[in-house]
Amino acid sequence: MKKTLLAAGIAAMMLGATPVMAKTLVYCSEGSPEGFDPSLYTAGTTFDASSKTVYNRLVQFKPGTTEVEPAIAKSWEISDDGLEVTFHLRDDVKFQTTDFFTPSRKLNADDVIWTFERQMDENNPYYKLANGSFEYFNSMSMGELIKSIEKVDDHTVKFVLTKPNAPFVANLAMDFASIHSKEYEQQLLDEGKPELANQQPIGTGPFQFVNYREDAAIRYQANPDYFRGKQPIDNLVFAITSDAQVRYQKLMAGECHVMPFPNPSDVEEMKQNDDINVLQEAGLNVAYLAYNTQQAPFDKPEVRKALNMAINKQAIIDAVFQGAGEVAKNPIPPTMWGYNDDIQDDQYDPEKAKQMLADAGVENLKMNIWAMPVQRPYMPNARRTAELMQSDLAKVGVDAEIVTYEWGEYLKRSSDTKREGAVILGWTGDNGDPDNFMGVLLGCDGVGGANRSQWCHQPFDELIQKARTLSDQGERAKLYEQAQEIFKEQAPWDTLAHSTVFMPIRKEVTGYKIDPLGGHSFEGVDIK
Amino acid sequence: MFKFFLIKLAQLVPTFIGVTIVAFAFIRLLPGDPILLMAGERGISAERYAELKAQMGFDRSLVTQYFDFLKGLLHGDLGNSLVTHSPVMDEFMSRFPATLELSLFALAFAVIIGLPAGVLAAVKRGKTLDHTVMGVSLTGYSMPIFWWGLLLIMLFSSTLGWTPVSGRISFLYFIDSVTGFMTIDSLIAGDWGAFLSALHHLVLPAIVLGTIPLAVIARQTRSSMLEVLGEDYVRTARAKGLSNFRVIMVHTLRNALISVVTVIGLQVGLLLAGAILTETIFSWPGIGKWMIDAISRRDYPSVQGGLVLIAFIVMIVNLLVDIAYGVINPRIRH
Repeated sequence: MKKTLLAAGIAAMMLGATPVMAKTLVYCSEGSPEGFDPSLYTAGTTFDASSKTVYNRLVQFKPGTTEVEPAIAKSWEISDDGLEVTFHLRDDVKFQTTDFFTPSRKLNADDVIWTFERQMDENNPYYKLANGSFEYFNSMSMGELIKSIEKVDDHTVKFVLTKPNAPFVANLAMDFASIHSKEYEQQLLDEGKPELANQQPIGTGPFQFVNYREDAAIRYQANPDYFRGKQPIDNLVFAITSDAQVRYQKLMAGECHVMPFPNPSDVEEMKQNDDINVLQEAGLNVAYLAYNTQQAPFDKPEVRKALNMAINKQAIIDAVFQGAGEVAKNPIPPTMWGYNDDIQDDQYDPEKAKQMLADAGVENLKMNIWAMPVQRPYMPNARRTAELMQSDLAKVGVDAEIVTYEWGEYLKRSSDTKREGAVILGWTGDNGDPDNFMGVLLGCDGVGGANRSQWCHQPFDELIQKARTLSDQGERAKLYEQAQEIFKEQAPWDTLAHSTVFMPIRKEVTGYKIDPLGGHSFEGVDIK
Repeated sequence: MFKFFLIKLAQLVPTFIGVTIVAFAFIRLLPGDPILLMAGERGISAERYAELKAQMGFDRSLVTQYFDFLKGLLHGDLGNSLVTHSPVMDEFMSRFPATLELSLFALAFAVIIGLPAGVLAAVKRGKTLDHTVMGVSLTGYSMPIFWWGLLLIMLFSSTLGWTPVSGRISFLYFIDSVTGFMTIDSLIAGDWGAFLSALHHLVLPAIVLGTIPLAVIARQTRSSMLEVLGEDYVRTARAKGLSNFRVIMVHTLRNALISVVTVIGLQVGLLLAGAILTETIFSWPGIGKWMIDAISRRDYPSVQGGLVLIAFIVMIVNLLVDIAYGVINPRIRH
């Protein structure tokens, strides 16, 4: 039976008619969500459809930045030894009232504790249901970091940590830490259908879930009880459109208002279109070429530096990124705090590179360059990049062969400490903290894993470890700046690029901000 | 006739077992591992990897995994998707009507245009019209679907604004699923606006998906018609002074249709299996798009379950074509 006739806003916009009863914003999303429980997944597409719309977290990233600001927690304090973090919750946060759930109380400390227990307590029914498969929570080592969570009173929660960890608060702004309703999930358990939490989400966020037609569309409506007030748009629709070219056509035809991930080659044409605004921002990412520093001759910093000087990075930006990126000199992007802008990059100088290789006693070097088989936000075309590198290296007498594997296999083999050759890879930040790049990708703990250069350099690692335990951001920034100096001297990577993120939106859309962390949020967005 | 049916049915059993082996092996032969793909650049510890592998049951021998798959299949249980954790059967059945609806409309388009075009080409053999029809159908047959789809979108949706770019129905409507066919469900709901919107959204994808079958049907009709037009009884009919229209429509077309019907039946299977590209271009929420996602995520249960179900449906359609052919032409029953 016909259940709903969503108000005429969208039709009015599509057909160019005038009367607007309700405002509907259509977002042409790039794929289907895996589910609606953000604690279970790691994909951005899923987070856009769940945590960014339906949920809130204790703290959040200030829109358009990586700065942490209050959300459900109005304030927090960290004990002097850094082992206790106490959050003071707002007392006016309501869970959404929908066809399938009516809350009997407002959000309190029990919901916060429940949210984390379900991801770390083996006796929690949701932990059992998911077989403990909370991959983001696990990969951020949250289970090892959190010793206990205590309810001080109804609106105060204390996290006791096993060791001081400065990025901890920023971690709680990440999607996996979205606050669930204990009452709703208990109700589902009592009804014997706990899996519905992943299909019909209830949160405190700006939009509430209405329905999902698989692979076609997700509908939300503005949450009238939202603690920051009702949103300016009444309805939000995710129109799932996996092909970038078709998304562009839909945007032009007015069938959607906002589209992510345009083809880089379409961006120039979009900018010429009077109906479209192309927003752009430097992405919080880095693409790099990681040498295996445990293997000769790449164990010598001077050889690595010489190879870095042989590669023309600007040519890669021009040819592969088509200008949608900038040359990277540090392992963290320039928009991140702690970025050391005084660092001088190794300049492209094939003659000097040749000389340096000769001085290091390297002759007739043969090496592999690994090219990823997939396009990623930080790397539009790894194969083409590798070919440019190959021809640059040939000019200094290095014979490079390009190798590639299926993506999963690539990730696995490139982690191996005995791997032959240099790997093209990259990273997109999770929480805006420099530790999320330098600690994860270059720390000694990551050797044999995410540290693809297999580089364990004590002076660098000590700085990173120390920075992790301090809570003062200014002090931490100084340590990261020093760490970047060591990084540049040692050159475990050739830092290649930071890509630019483009977001084409229709002219009538206002208030949209690009999220440097790669998410798509519609809080505060309006249609003129 | 009943014996003929039983023989045909029995022949399906070994085919079906073969299909299960191919479906099971296919996704496992592809390089790639669902756990590693899920972990991405972040990586995963060896312990956690082993734990997840055990949870998903991939630590068991391939033979055990295959027989478990077969056992589940006989009970109608294809397992749960590794990604969404929902039963594969439910995921498939919720999307299949979309593919079927699109395929039927594409077939209708192909038959309605292809059949008369083939007849005209045969009647006007060697004339400009014949060359035109055959030329166009050859072009249609060779058309890369992806390019053709985008071309039509750019012309009819973006430039002329006649049809929607993609999707199955306007966001203005939300129709509860009864049959899963958007056109029928909107009629059941008594909502003409929704019905028209659903039809409107079907136009371009049905044309794109129907282009190749149209070319095949037109060519088959032409050659079949030419064959029959050369028969003695057609000459006799003409000699009796029957009108040209009557000779063609009654004496020739009806007899030529036998082979055309077979070709049309075979197209149904091809349409169901071949909707993948069309569904991707038009964001059509059917099984093709679902299979592509499952393959790229190496969602083993979804891929093997989906393949078996698609193969099963194609086998049933072919069986029905065989039986229909048996009904039309009694000689082949033996």
